[in-house]
Order: sequence, then C-alpha cells, then structure tokens
Amino acid sequence: MNQRKYLRVYANFLHTSLASELEYKTNILIDLITAILSLIGSIFLLSIFFQNGTNIGGWEFEKALIIQGIYTILNGITNTWFNPNLTEIVKHIREGTLDFVLLKPIDSQFFISLKKINPSGFLEIMLGFCLLLFCIRINEINLNLSFLTLSSITIICSIFILYSLWFFISTTTIWFVKTWNATEVLRSFLYIGRFPLNSFSFSLRIFFSVVIPIAFITTIPSEVFLGLSALWKILLEVIVSIVFVFSSRKFWLFALKHYTSASS
Amino acid sequence: MISKLINRKIFTLLKVQYSNMLEYRVEIALWAISGIIPFFMLNIWTNNNLNESINISNDMLSRYFLSAFFVRQFSVVWVVFSFEEDSLLGKVSPYLIQPLNPFYRYFAQHIAEQITRFPFALIIACFFFIFNPESIWIPDFFVLLLSIISTFLSFLIQFLIQSIIACLCFWTEKASSIERLLFIPTLFLSGLLAPVATFPIYVKSWIYLTPFPYLIDFPANLLSGNATNVSGGLIMQILWIIILFPIFRKIWSAGTKKYTAMGS
Repeated sequence: MNQRKYLRVYANFLHTSLASELEYKTNILIDLITAILSLIGSIFLLSIFFQNGTNIGGWEFEKALIIQGIYTILNGITNTWFNPNLTEIVKHIREGTLDFVLLKPIDSQFFISLKKINPSGFLEIMLGFCLLLFCIRINEINLNLSFLTLSSITIICSIFILYSLWFFISTTTIWFVKTWNATEVLRSFLYIGRFPLNSFSFSLRIFFSVVIPIAFITTIPSEVFLGLSALWKILLEVIVSIVFVFSSRKFWLFALKHYTSASS
Repeated sequence: MISKLINRKIFTLLKVQYSNMLEYRVEIALWAISGIIPFFMLNIWTNNNLNESINISNDMLSRYFLSAFFVRQFSVVWVVFSFEEDSLLGKVSPYLIQPLNPFYRYFAQHIAEQITRFPFALIIACFFFIFNPESIWIPDFFVLLLSIISTFLSFLIQFLIQSIIACLCFWTEKASSIERLLFIPTLFLSGLLAPVATFPIYVKSWIYLTPFPYLIDFPANLLSGNATNVSGGLIMQILWIIILFPIFRKIWSAGTKKYTAMGS
C-alpha cells in the first residue's frame, strides 16, 4: 500500500516537472547540443593523451572509452535527477520552504530527491549507452548472462554511491546554509571519473578510493566490462554503496534535528 | 569633474561589492578549490610520462598547469547567471532606472570577488609547491606584468561574451543554457585541461582564429615562461574585445527597448 502511494506520487512528480520543463523547448534543444559537444570534447581530450599510441595506467584507448561511456551515463543521471533536485535543497533551506516539505505526509528524502526531473539528461544517458555498445564491439566482449548481471549490479551501485555523495554535500546546507559551491567542488572532483584510476599517482589513487570513492564509480564497472575485475572488488563496491546509502540517510535524519527554519 | 564623479562611483561600487563578497568568503574558498582540475590533469600527464612526446619538461608542464589554474581563478565569469536571476525576479527594473548601466555593478562584483579570492588561490599555490618543490619559479617583473594584463584581457573577453549572452535574457528568459553550451568549447579548447601546444595539427590549424586559446592557454604560457607569441597574443585579445564590445552595446540597447518588467 505504502509502495503504491509512493509510486503514484512519483508519477505525479514526473508529470508536473516534465510539463514545466517542456515550457522551455529551445532550452532542451540547446542542452541536447551541449551533451553531444561535451562527449565529443571528452573523447578529444582522451585522444590527446593517446596521441603517440601509448597507454595510460595500463588502459588502451579502446578500453578507456568504456570508462568514458560509463561516465557519460552517470553524468546523464546526475543531470536528470541529482542536479535539479539536490541544488533545490539549498534553495529550500535558504528560503525556509523546507518547512513545507517536512509538513507533508511523505518521506522528506524521497520528496527532496525525486521532485524534479530534467529531460535533457536522457540524451546523455543514451549517448553513453551507444558509446558502451560501440566499445563492446571494438573490444570484442562477448555478452552473456553473468556479464550482464555483474555489470548492471556495479553500475547500479555506482549510481547509489553517486547519489549518496551528492546527498551528503547537500545535507550539509542545513548547517552552512549556502553550500551551492560545495556541490561545485564535488562536481570538479567527479570530473576525474573520466579517466582510469591507475593513471593517477599513488597518493591521488588512495584519495580517490578512500576519501571520495570516485574509483568505485567508474573504474570498477569498466573493469567488470572488460572481465578484469576480481570478485572482491565487486563485493567491495556493493558494500561501499550500501554503507553510503545508509549513512547518507542517517546523516539526513540527524541533520533535520538541527534544522531551525529561516528567519521565522 | 566628470572623471571625479566616475571615480567616486567606481570606488563606491567596488567597496560595497568587496564587503559583500567578504561575507561569502567560505563560498569563495570552496569555489577556488573547485578550480583544481588542472592539477589532476597534470597528474595524468606526469604520471604516465606523456610529456616526453611533446617536448615539454615535467617542470615546465607543472608551471603551465599552475599558471592555468591562476588564470582561470582570475577570469571566471558568472554574469549571465546573476543577470538571469535578477531579470527573472524583476530586480533589473530598479537597476534600469539608475543612471548607471547595471553591468558596471556586475563588473564590480567580479573584481571584488577576485580580490577576495586572491589569498585562497595563493594558499592553494603554496600547497602545490609543497608537493612539487622542483617547479618553483619566479617570473621577472615584466613578464608578471604582461601576464596580469593578459589575464585581465581574458577576463574582459569572457565578461563581454557572457554579457552578450545575458542580454539574450530579454528575449528568452533562460539564457544560461546558451552559456553552458558555450562553456564546453571553452573548457576543452582554452587550454585548461591540456596545453594547446599538445593539440593535434588539424585542431591547431584553426584554433588560433577563435577566442578560446587566448582565454587560458596564452596567459598561462606567458606566466609560466613557455614559448608563446607575446605580441600576437595580446593583439588578438584586444582585437576580440574590439569586436565584442560594439555587439554588446547594440544588443544591450535593443534588449532594454524590448524589456518588460517581469515578476514585479
């Protein structure tokens, strides 16, 4: 019963936010062009690194493209769901409208994380999938059931880790009020998810797997794609994502206890 | 008399905006941190010995990326986002009544923000030198002066481009998506992620005709002491400003005629 209620509410969210986004049709068109250009730009940058046929961090160009594909999918998901919603938290808290969210007979995290949707991110997700399909062909990966399950499990885990990271940062707004720029910091760190983790120096590798687990987000799913990943890495990714989702949930509930509305 | 008045206006604007920006110093610090992508790129270059193929030594490359970081820090422009918000909320109306083009206000905002940002950028540079002590260098006074000038010119070019886009708000309401579109070539072609010298020839043949390499690559090369055509670069920067300024004037006067106060 509860689940059905949430599904119904989500259908309404989809309807209203799509309707309001489609008001700005040219905007969506421009965003689509932006997504295409952005992918071309990143492949261009990658090709600069591989100009002399060398490999970076043990990854050849064809394999590094897989990381690019997964990054593009995740970036599309970020642009479709995380970015429009979680930047809204900042606004809710600054203007005190979080009160209205909290008063609703619905889970506040659900409301705040899924209220809006930005349709232009869909193209990015599709572009990412096309690139992945292309990579599967040029790397001659044979598709089978275990490959598909493992790769979808790791990608789903990546999505959860990514969501939790965004949600963590946005939650800190409750104390610091204006953390709009903190999301910018996260965004710039996530940028390195376009490159294989092994291409960085040892200290940065540690930083990006322990402090901010960007390594888990793109490199491990790509390794699964190539059939290189050891089982313990996949298990670790699953555990990390579960820990992240739970702790971000706990952190949100903890933060709400400290919420003291705005100027009221 | 008139010049005195203008001086006083500029001084007051700067003072007001500077104290305004000081309030947001944590935000600005975060923003400064979000600009460290060039360092990650440097890490990929040096860690994989990619620079051997392009005949730039490790030290010169680290100086280049540090300079790119600095140039980027002092040429970040966000006028389109401020203007879009102000015009959507109807705040532009009172500005238009004042005998001062509102863009002076935004301009002062940017300059004040750069002054606030300066110490944070210096701290980040210190950390950079702690990790890369071999790359410490002191540019001579003349070079420093020239690079400050060219950084300022780069800032002016970007400010003019964004102001032109911002004026489109008079027609489309949401101009920031156009800015995001234009940000993609700026990101990949300006030299922030890889020096233009390393680009393949089919890109190098036309890139110097666009404004992009003069935004970061040229000032950064100048500051870091890498080979670059000093007079040619400065002339191109000034040329772009001469081209863009009349466009801005035209579109501003056309836009203000079109303006109908919204949201008020």
